[in-house]
Amino acid sequence: MNFTLLLFYIFSIITIASSLAVVTTRNTIYSVLFLILVFFNVSGLFILLNAEFLAMLLIIVYVGAIAVLFLFVVMMLNVDSMDLKKQIRPFLPILIMISITIFGEIFLFEKISMIENYQISTSFPINQNISNIKSIGNVLYTDFILPFQISGAALFVAMIGAILLTLKNENKQTAKKQDIFKQISHNKANSIELVKVESGKGINI
Amino acid sequence: MQQIGIENFLTLTAILFSIGLSGIFINRKNIISLLMSIEIMLLSININFVAFSALLNDIVGQIFSIFILTIAGAEAAIGLAILVVYFNNRKNISIEGASQLKG
Repeated sequence: MNFTLLLFYIFSIITIASSLAVVTTRNTIYSVLFLILVFFNVSGLFILLNAEFLAMLLIIVYVGAIAVLFLFVVMMLNVDSMDLKKQIRPFLPILIMISITIFGEIFLFEKISMIENYQISTSFPINQNISNIKSIGNVLYTDFILPFQISGAALFVAMIGAILLTLKNENKQTAKKQDIFKQISHNKANSIELVKVESGKGINI
Repeated sequence: MQQIGIENFLTLTAILFSIGLSGIFINRKNIISLLMSIEIMLLSININFVAFSALLNDIVGQIFSIFILTIAGAEAAIGLAILVVYFNNRKNISIEGASQLKG
């Protein structure tokens, strides 16, 4: 066993264990912290795959932005810890069965699709002489400029949507909300008015 | 890539994807854990893309991984914003009450 394989096994075992902890821990804050551990280990896996830029991006974007956002929301909402054991006990056998089935199917597909002599034309080969970030930039800003712009637009829409959802202004109505009392107290008398329109004059509303 | 082998990576991502998928089934009282399960699933897809990028010596896998990262960030922001509004209206984050969101 060489050193790279040993590193791969260490990273992947910690990743699997901590992702199991993410979905089964009762306290949500611990769950977010285990998610950060998953991201760090996956970034180690990316470094093993010679994708250094993506590994750093994973730490910057996921740990620095998304996990902190999760942590912020968890602490802001003050959710009490749930009794997880009681709620998953009724359908625990079905759960295990579904998970094992899905894993087995993915595994089987991989075994089937492992053809030895595959012929795949590489459209953008990695040049080993230049760095990883340079080779990403060479392709991302030239051939993939349209998806790049579209993903920027998606981020912009997400930003506007998040602001619009969480903005609270007492004076001005920013987002449309349902007022149930106003809806059910709506009747014919206060909503319809019969107006006799004289010809040639029109009405004032 | 030659020392590790693609089979190990595919097995790892299959396990991670299954864990994320079962997390959606488990956490029915907590939408935050559900969003984190979705993040784990997206991460496993990212590992698959990067592993095949290294196997085929093609940079496009890493480019797509960047796009998936972007969309995951947008999705997390929107989901958490919806979650904050939902908590303000209902004072809990159980997914069972979300059936009243229709219309």
